Amino acid sequence: MEFRCGFIFFVLICSSVAFQSDELLVDDDEFEGTQQIQYIDAAHTRSTPPPSRPTSTRRRFSDPDSDSKVQFQLEHSFGDSDFAPTGLFTARLKTSSHGGQSLTKLRFSRNAFTEEDRKKFTTLLQEDGFYSVRLATNVLKSTGESYVYSSVKARCLPRVELDEHFVIHMDGVNILAVNYGTPGACPFPRQLKLPSKWSFNSLTFLKSGEQAPRTPVLADDILVGETGEGEGVKPPEKSFWAKYWMYLIPLGLIVMNAITQAMNMAEEQVSGQAAGQAQPQQSAAAIQRGPGSSAVRRR
Amino acid sequence: MVLAIKVSFLLLFTLFASFANYGFSIYEDQVGLMDWRQQYLGKVKHALFHSSKSGRKRVVVSTEENVIASLDLRHGEIFWRHVFGPNDSIDGMEFVLGKYVVSLSSEGSFLRAWNLPDGQMVWESFLQGTNPSKSLLLVPRSLKANQETVILVFSKSCLHAVSSLDGEVIWKIDLRENSVEIQKIIQLHDSDIIYAVGFSSPTQLDLFQINVKSGELLRHQTATFSGGFSGELVSVSDDVLVTLDTARSNLVIINLKNGEIRILQSPIASLIDEIAGSMEIVPSKLSGLLAVKVNSLLTLVRVKGEGEVEVEVVDKIPGQATVSDALLVSESQHAAALAQHEGSYMHLTVKLIDDWSSNFIDENIVIDNQRGSVQKVFLNSYIRTDRSHGFRALLVMEDHSLLLVQQGEIVWSREDGLASIVNVVTCELPVEKKGVSIAKVENNLIEWLQGHLLKLKGTLMIASPEDVVAIQNMRLKTSDKSKMSRDHNGFRKLLIVLTKSGKLFALHSGDGRVIWSRLLQPFHKSEACAPRWLNIYQWQDPHHRAMDENPSVLVVGRCGQRMDGPGLLSFVDTYTGREISSSSQIHSVVKVIPLPFTDSTEQRLHILIDAENHAHLYPQTSEAISILQSEFSNIYWYSVEADSGIIKGHALKRKCVDVVDNYCFESNDVWLIMLPPESEKIIATATRNLNEVVHTQAKVVADQDVMYKYISKNLLFLATVAPKSSGEIGTTTPEDSWLVVYLIDIVNGRVLHRMTHHGSTGPVHAVFSENWVVYHYFNLKAHRYEMSVVEIYDQSRADNIDVWKLIIGKHNLTSPISSYSRRDILAKSQSYFFTHSVKAISVTSTTKGITSKQLLIGTINDQILALDKRYLDPRRSINPSQAEREEGVIPLTDSLPIIPQTYATHALQVEGLRGIVTIPAKLESTTLAFAYGVDLFFTRITPSRTYDSLTEDFSYALLLITIVALVIAIIATWVLSERKELQDKWK
Repeated sequence: MEFRCGFIFFVLICSSVAFQSDELLVDDDEFEGTQQIQYIDAAHTRSTPPPSRPTSTRRRFSDPDSDSKVQFQLEHSFGDSDFAPTGLFTARLKTSSHGGQSLTKLRFSRNAFTEEDRKKFTTLLQEDGFYSVRLATNVLKSTGESYVYSSVKARCLPRVELDEHFVIHMDGVNILAVNYGTPGACPFPRQLKLPSKWSFNSLTFLKSGEQAPRTPVLADDILVGETGEGEGVKPPEKSFWAKYWMYLIPLGLIVMNAITQAMNMAEEQVSGQAAGQAQPQQSAAAIQRGPGSSAVRRR
Repeated sequence: MVLAIKVSFLLLFTLFASFANYGFSIYEDQVGLMDWRQQYLGKVKHALFHSSKSGRKRVVVSTEENVIASLDLRHGEIFWRHVFGPNDSIDGMEFVLGKYVVSLSSEGSFLRAWNLPDGQMVWESFLQGTNPSKSLLLVPRSLKANQETVILVFSKSCLHAVSSLDGEVIWKIDLRENSVEIQKIIQLHDSDIIYAVGFSSPTQLDLFQINVKSGELLRHQTATFSGGFSGELVSVSDDVLVTLDTARSNLVIINLKNGEIRILQSPIASLIDEIAGSMEIVPSKLSGLLAVKVNSLLTLVRVKGEGEVEVEVVDKIPGQATVSDALLVSESQHAAALAQHEGSYMHLTVKLIDDWSSNFIDENIVIDNQRGSVQKVFLNSYIRTDRSHGFRALLVMEDHSLLLVQQGEIVWSREDGLASIVNVVTCELPVEKKGVSIAKVENNLIEWLQGHLLKLKGTLMIASPEDVVAIQNMRLKTSDKSKMSRDHNGFRKLLIVLTKSGKLFALHSGDGRVIWSRLLQPFHKSEACAPRWLNIYQWQDPHHRAMDENPSVLVVGRCGQRMDGPGLLSFVDTYTGREISSSSQIHSVVKVIPLPFTDSTEQRLHILIDAENHAHLYPQTSEAISILQSEFSNIYWYSVEADSGIIKGHALKRKCVDVVDNYCFESNDVWLIMLPPESEKIIATATRNLNEVVHTQAKVVADQDVMYKYISKNLLFLATVAPKSSGEIGTTTPEDSWLVVYLIDIVNGRVLHRMTHHGSTGPVHAVFSENWVVYHYFNLKAHRYEMSVVEIYDQSRADNIDVWKLIIGKHNLTSPISSYSRRDILAKSQSYFFTHSVKAISVTSTTKGITSKQLLIGTINDQILALDKRYLDPRRSINPSQAEREEGVIPLTDSLPIIPQTYATHALQVEGLRGIVTIPAKLESTTLAFAYGVDLFFTRITPSRTYDSLTEDFSYALLLITIVALVIAIIATWVLSERKELQDKWK
């Protein structure tokens, strides 16, 4: 009982220890090249209250001081409806030494749903429809004739708030793809759930592809490579016992066997001619020997 | 004891490791036991008979699969055969000097001479020209015998004279001036002058006169014809050419007598009764006659260009008919063969051209209906025993098969349609009926014992050479691999094969024989629609419910080349070859998606996507609809527009509104990925095989750690290259070329992985299996081919290894997996050099997915290399730790080893290899592999050796004898020991 109580206590401690905050640590500085995936920039945004005048056109900073800043618009659609602007991405355009351009320091301001949007979204939730977002492919060109878009089942978004997650795949200044979804799980069948707060909790990432690892060039090992079975490093020198234990053990067994046999012989001679007695004695000896060695052959 | 077990395990492991490299290698005497190869040619384009001289009679053919071959005229066997590359199509073929056959290929670039008896290449010359043009081959008749003949080749706007002895170009004239398109090269009456005829504008005819000996351009004449020229230019006789005018209402007859051009015309209306109708000239060489097709009625017209136009209808042949070229029978007598269909007969007549009413031969030949109509006839004559003329004809049928007909019988036939396979599905054979014993009992016990004694001798290596032969024969005979019933190990299957001609073949996997064949009906004899065969799918595969039904396949085709052409469907029973039903002229078919659901009769649900992105459900039953409704929101598919670099995802939306069709559904676009067209061009995609089985999701790595494979059937591998370097290798510098690979989830369009290989380029061949993809490409910097592997692991499940979490129940192992849940992934990658370029790549697949995998690589020399997947492991390092070594991680090398013993094709070649299909057998250790190209090859592959069964040549006799000997020994020793004990007691 004591042990069990202790166990439960331990488990409780463990569970409290195992709790990990799911809060995302927002870092204002760019953290490039972390982990395997190259996140150029990540941001965590909460939606702003709906603006009194919704921005209808793509705006751009025109003053010459901040010409390296770009803005591009996020547009959304409910099911089949047309796309309408709903947020603004801001990023800094970085020109690298060899002429390539890339975006860093992505910021995102998300407009919360208007009353009309809420209605549309609620119907979308009821019919388990798609909520889509889109971005123009080139962030520099204002003429957005080509778009990339992504959709998610609307029922995946609502938790306490509307949780969303953007990954924008970039190649230079071209947006290849936008991946939109929920940061958490969304298993099928999806339950109908309305958010308690109609505000967005957005996570945004900029991501560019990674470089393939270079093919190793091992000029010395080519011959080894042909056979496929490389020698590698030599294993460290083993002790005498480690090397020859497989020979030593049978040897030991045989020696033990021989000794017991010799002892038996002696006993038999002592017991003399009594045939009636010899039998049980012998079997007893066999039992005695039994666990010691299985290799002993019965005479 | 424990130690002993450990020792034996270690021994076993080392044994395994030493054998692992040779996982597939077989012994010499095992060749042909479980593999077979069949050699084919393809649809015959040209045929030349070589039967005038004594010796072996042969026919030399060239085919649409770019094969040139010499066949035995008596049996149809291949004497020799050469397969040219896929872009090296054969334009013409002629005999020269009576001992060589020359072939012109690659749009007139290559002229090669082959030695007739053995097919050795005698010489090859590369002809350079200026502009692409028609390519023509002419061997002029020389005036004197034994004179060195020249070969005239018109290619790339240049006329070349090539010596037939060594292939040297003797002279060359550029005929590009005045932009004349040369149509014909003719030699007039055995003279030294060659005429090249062509059009420089729709109304102008150009004639060049060239001296054969010197290559001098003697004269250039032009003539204009106000009616204009259109269509093929056909030579009716030596100096008369015929074509049509632009209105297609007049025959235009061009007379070149004495080197002067005279153009005459004759209205078609005079030839045919009805005026309306299309007219076409059938390209043929009938000296004196012209074959035209009027309203698909073959009409033979005699054209005499002398003086006034004389055009007279000789014959009108109803129905499907084909005429051969003229054959010189005797002095100035030409004959031609005419093949036409009359019911189930093929009517073959050979007539004299000058006297069309008389028949040389008139035969009715019974031809299998499934061969379709006659496409081409090649006529050959011989002298009968009574000194009269006999004829044999080589027929090319609609299903691309080749028949030799003589004396009213089919002497031999070749199923050459099998050289152009589109796709393969497999099907189980019927279960053996009860009451019939499966095991065929050996004739008697003595024979059985003798056989096993022989085998025993073989194993003990004391067999004489005769015994070895006897053993080999016995093995081939007794192996029941060609039986027509299901076997316990699942080695026997039916391979249902769809060929380009629209014919289905069922091949037995045991020996490759044809069980049945069927030329599909909706495509057959349809005027409006030129069918194109797309693919074949498993339609019904009864195994649990509906056992009485025969399995069936679905064949999907399309009319014409356009994507929105009407679709064609055909359902075929795979046991009998009967067409259960077919529908033609339905909606267009762009994509076919087999769904993972079956109805109560085990029919698989399929969705056919049409050009308007509507989805059509098959089978069209209410049950299918109800099954679909329950999974309606879970069906997604993708489309790739390679030209614009767009990948789109689609999902089902609702029933079609504008069409009254219960089985039609509208779709909406869910996601879109756009690759910038200026920097990326899609060249290859790969997806996982839908019925692949993965045994375990977890992978235990060396340090007792677990990695979870990211396993999803909805993954797409995509490879793009720089548009500049999408041409051939070597056209760009490494700086200008890159290869980008993507892994995309096709449900929500998530880009899981994107990786750039700088300085690399295509062609890319990829294979996707479990959680890894292997692809092959060219590295321009290293000037070598490379193979890369990408393995993806699910990081969000990685912390499940925490035991405490498992106890408390905080793990997410049982949580359902959804593409909408965001899972963190880890991609590992590694590249290796690989010596060969690759034609096809595939991976072995087994029933349960336990057996380790091998990559099957179709190499450039048309062999299949089985390469262990362990060589393509991203975790390979230069010095793997002891734990990793035990796990089987091979030390890192920069190139992949090519071990000659691992060629699955051993000494054979699968010429023109195009695809490799792997089929799991019921026995877990075994994969069946079928490779197709011009040849077919089938074998069994055991990537980890046959650990779950005894080999076929296992000596049961030896086992029995050993057991018997042991039992006897036990009894004998027991008796002896009893006796001794008794004696001891009496002492």
